Amino acid sequence: MSNNNILLSIQDLTISYGNIKAVKGISFEVNEGEIVTLIGANGAGKSSTLRGISGLVSYRGVISFRGQDLKSISADKIVAKGIAQVPEGRGIFGNLTVLENLKLATWSRKDKQEIRKDYQRVFDIFPRLSERQGQLGGTLSGGEQQMLAVGRALMSRGTMMLLDEPSMGLAPVLVREIFSVLKEINQSGTTILLVEQNANMALQVASRGYVLETGVISHTGTGHELLGDPRVKEAYLGG
Amino acid sequence: MTYLLQQVLNALQLGSIYALIALGYTMVYGILTMINFAHGDLFMVGAFFCFLAATFLHLPFVPTLLIAMIGVALLGVLIERFAYKPLRQAPRVSAIITALGVGIFLENFTLVFAPYPQHVPTLIKNTTWVVGGVSISSLQLIIIALSLVLMAFLDFIVRKTMVGMAMRAISWDKAIVPLMGIPLNLVISATFALGTSLGGAAGVMYALAFPVIDPYMGILIGWKAFIAAVVGGIGNIRGAMIGGFILGGVEILVAAFLPSTYRDFVAFTLLLVLLIFRPYGILGKPRPQKV
Ligand SMILES: Nc1ncnc2c1ncn2[C@@H]1O[C@H](COP(=O)(O)OP(=O)(O)OP(=O)(O)O)[C@@H](O)[C@H]1O
Ligand SMILES: [Mg+2]
Repeated sequence: MSNNNILLSIQDLTISYGNIKAVKGISFEVNEGEIVTLIGANGAGKSSTLRGISGLVSYRGVISFRGQDLKSISADKIVAKGIAQVPEGRGIFGNLTVLENLKLATWSRKDKQEIRKDYQRVFDIFPRLSERQGQLGGTLSGGEQQMLAVGRALMSRGTMMLLDEPSMGLAPVLVREIFSVLKEINQSGTTILLVEQNANMALQVASRGYVLETGVISHTGTGHELLGDPRVKEAYLGG
Repeated sequence: MTYLLQQVLNALQLGSIYALIALGYTMVYGILTMINFAHGDLFMVGAFFCFLAATFLHLPFVPTLLIAMIGVALLGVLIERFAYKPLRQAPRVSAIITALGVGIFLENFTLVFAPYPQHVPTLIKNTTWVVGGVSISSLQLIIIALSLVLMAFLDFIVRKTMVGMAMRAISWDKAIVPLMGIPLNLVISATFALGTSLGGAAGVMYALAFPVIDPYMGILIGWKAFIAAVVGGIGNIRGAMIGGFILGGVEILVAAFLPSTYRDFVAFTLLLVLLIFRPYGILGKPRPQKV
C-alpha cells in the first residue's frame, strides 16, 4: 500500500446544497489497485462525495485523477477519463433493453473490437444478463438491475469504478455474489471506491476505509483495523 | 364510395402534416417534460423559409425543403440554448411562459417583414390523375410519401442509433445520462434539431398545399398538432404519428358530412371523449414506478 501511485486524490472537499453543508472539507485518496470504502450513516455525505467526483455537483476543494484537476471537466468527459460510477439506486434506464443499457455506456469509445470483448466479459461475469439481453431494464429484478449497473460501468472500461451502495435492497446471497464480483473486477486491474452502509461486508473486501460522519471523516484505517475498532463496531457494525 | 375514398386521401394529406408537427411536441416533451409552445410558430417559419427560397432564390423543391428544415432546426437549437436551457431548473410554468413568449416573438418578427399574406410560388408541377372517380394529385402523393419517409427516418434514429438511445435514456432519467459518458446538452440539442426540422418540413408542405401564408398560420395548426400529440400519448413518438392521422381523419370526415363550421367543434369533442377513456392518450402509459 505505497503512496507513490495515488490514482484519485481528494483535498478539502466541500459540497453544499443551498444552506445545507453535506460535505465539510474532507480529504482522502485512493491508490492504484486498491479497494477503498467510504462508510457512514444516512445523510453522512457519501453520495454527495461520489457525485462531486463524477462532476455531477459543484464543489469547493480539489479532486484530481491521475494528477489532473477534474474541476473544469464536464461529467461526460470524466467518464471518458476513466471514472465510471454505479449510482445510488442503480440508475438503470427502465425503458431500454439490457443490451441497450450496456451499449449506451460505450458512447465515448471507438475500439469496436474491444467493446465486443467487453460485452463477452460482462456476460461471462453475469450469465443472467446474457439470457435477458432483450428484456427491458425496468422489468429486471433488483438483483439483476444491480448486475446490469455494474456491467454498464464495466462497459465504459474505466480504470476506476465508484459504487454507491451496491448492496442496497439485495438478499444476503446476492450481496455476497456482487461483492465477490467486485473483488474479481479489482483483481483484473480496476481500482474501486465503494460507498456502503453495509460496513461489515465493505470492510471485509476493502484494503482501506474511511468513516464519514455528517460531512467529516471521523475514522480511517485498513479494513481490518476498522472492523476491530470498538467505536466503529458500536456505530456501524451493530455493537 | 368514391367520395369516401377521396376524403380518405385528403385526410392522409392533412394527417401527415399534423403528424410531422406533433412529433416535434412529443420529442421535446419526452426528454424535457416541457411543452414547446413555440413549435407551431416554428412550423410557420418553415413555411416562410420555403416562400423565401422559392421566391427570391428561385430554388426548386428539394433544396427549398432542405433549407427550410435546416433553417428551422438551427432556430430550434438556438431557442433551446438561449431561452429554455437557463430555465431547466426553474418551475415548469416559467418554461411554458417563455415558450409562449418565443412564439409571439417569432410571429411578430415575421410580421415586420410580411405584413400581408404572401403567395408561395408553385414548386411542384401539379398533375392530377383520376383513378376510378377519385382524383389524386401529384402534390398530395408527394406530401404523403415524404411525410412517411421522414417519420420512418425519425423512427429509425430513435430506435436504432446511439443518439436515439441516448434520447430515450434522457426521457427516463436525465440525471444518470452524463454517467454514461454522454454529453447531455448535445443530445438535447439534437432532439430539438430533429423535432423542429420536421416542423419546418411540415411548413413547406403546408405552404405548397395551401399557398397563401401569414405569420399567424402556426397558431391554430400548432394547437391542433399539440392536441394530436396528446391524443397519441405525449412523449410517445409513434403515438404522435397516430394522433396526427386520427385528427386529420376526423376533421376531414366531419367536414365531409356536416357543415364545415362544425369541423373543429365536433373533431375536438371526439378527441376529448377519447381522452376521458384513455387519459394518457392512445399509446401513452402511466409511467411505471421506478425502483
Ligand atoms: N439535491 C440536494 N438538495 C439538498 N440537499 C441535499 C441534496 N442531496 C443531498 N442533500 C443533503 O445532503 C446530505 C448528504 O446527502 P447524501 O446523499 O450525500 O448522503 P448519503 O451519505 O449518501 O446518505 P444515504 O446513505 O442515505 O444515501 C443530506 O443531509 C441530504 O439531505
Ligand atoms: Mg447515498
